Amino acid sequence: MYSEKVMDHFTNPRNVGEIEDASGVGTVGNAKCGDIMRIYLDIDEDGIIRDCKFKTFGCGAAVATSSMATELVMGKTVQEALQVTNKAVMEALDGLPPVKVHCSLLAEEAIHAALWDYAEKNGIVIEGLKKPKNDIHEDEEDGEEY
Amino acid sequence: MAKTIYLDNAATTPVKPEVLESMLPYFTEKFGNPSAVYNFAAENKNVVTQARETIAKALGTNTQDIYFTAGGSESDNWALKATAEAYKDKGNHIITTKIEHHAILHTCEYLEQNGFEVTYLDVDEQGIVKLEELKKAIRPSTILISIMFANNEIGTIQPIKEIGEIAKEHNILFHTDAVQAFGHLDIKVDEYHIDMLSASGHKLNGPKGIGFLYIRKGLKLRSFVHGGAQERKRRAGTENVPGIVGLAKAVEISINTMEERVKKEKSLRDKLIDRVLAEIPYTRLNGDRKKRLPNNANFSFQFIEGESLLIMLDMKGICGSSGSACTSGSLDPSHVLLAIGLPHEIAHGSLRLTLSDETTEEDIDYVVDTVKEIVEKLRSMSPLYEDFVKQNV
Repeated sequence: MYSEKVMDHFTNPRNVGEIEDASGVGTVGNAKCGDIMRIYLDIDEDGIIRDCKFKTFGCGAAVATSSMATELVMGKTVQEALQVTNKAVMEALDGLPPVKVHCSLLAEEAIHAALWDYAEKNGIVIEGLKKPKNDIHEDEEDGEEY
Repeated sequence: MAKTIYLDNAATTPVKPEVLESMLPYFTEKFGNPSAVYNFAAENKNVVTQARETIAKALGTNTQDIYFTAGGSESDNWALKATAEAYKDKGNHIITTKIEHHAILHTCEYLEQNGFEVTYLDVDEQGIVKLEELKKAIRPSTILISIMFANNEIGTIQPIKEIGEIAKEHNILFHTDAVQAFGHLDIKVDEYHIDMLSASGHKLNGPKGIGFLYIRKGLKLRSFVHGGAQERKRRAGTENVPGIVGLAKAVEISINTMEERVKKEKSLRDKLIDRVLAEIPYTRLNGDRKKRLPNNANFSFQFIEGESLLIMLDMKGICGSSGSACTSGSLDPSHVLLAIGLPHEIAHGSLRLTLSDETTEEDIDYVVDTVKEIVEKLRSMSPLYEDFVKQNV
């Protein structure tokens, strides 16, 4: 059902975890549908993503797309990270079954949500970034001080 | 992984070697059509009759009341559609439950599109039908009650005898989908007042593609498959002789070994349930603790998702199943788990393990150890668990 790459990223996910005092955190999806992704970004003064971690509740594809998304944005500038689309995530994983394409969309949205959080905290506008619609944990912003 | 531990026996079972052996001659040298006149095919007619006898005996009924079909889904379709057609002058109302197999639920939806009215009864949190609600749902136009004997997901056994009595009292036909129960529980159709019963071969170590419908004598159900005069003109098509022989052999074995097998399966199932509930926190057992199929365990592990769990179990050689949306191909988790009141996110984290007489104590220990390890790993990756821990610091 899944490609070798998907299985690899599912069984040995990269960058699982949390970042304390993260520059931006984004949570998307909802438990009702069975997928929740949370991405943490550590962004330096030059706007470069120095670290990226994730936590995901979901199927094999959800875990693998989160893992791949963190790899793809690591070391990138904010603008470059914005170009990491669901298509790029899917291609990097050698494809996903059609019913799992929504997982890659979720990964893209999770990155955007984390970038949005970063922009809001720093009072900046990231060109081309829209307010994430899927953030289900708006009330969680205060959770970041952990 | 050297060994596969197969704990998905509610999905299907392997054909037992004795069953296969009994079937083989009927593919090759004994290939004759039971309807043929010549002597060479006569034995094939006889074995079909003998098979019918074996099954009738298991149900405590008459040989001519057993009709072979291609399996549980066909039997369910036949029972519902033919009853609806035959009794539509009496009424257009059918009562069933929210936790039936899709072979019943989708057939009911089809009947609703054709002018029938269906009441889908709620179940309690263990998955058991409330008899008072059943009584309340009965109308003068009710022609059929169809309630499964035991649930395929959570294993809950329904109060079939009481339901049968209520149906009889009100002069309403009673069908039960016994696909999960037949061969695993002792079922006597007269004692339970069952008018129709569906069963399938591959759930009891018989072949796939064969099943039967028991139809109480005197019911005026018409043929579902039109054509030749097979099955007393009620189900056309040349008999699946090897399948029928294999089904009967499987029934014979399952009835003869039931007592011992059930005892063994129950003890291993209880060990599995006890260890999982004791050793893995934030876990619940779905379905009734006692009134459940001897080989069924169904858990929900909070904060994790079922498909991930299944894939990781598979990598450790363990085959199970889940009611998560990702395994059903839709966005909704199992209708059964929702019907017993589980919130979506907990229904997504379900795991069904169904044992067989081949399951060993070592298997169970290995499975519990492995599930524990995987649940821990998935929770460490879960944002839901992270939130939960933070909220409870």
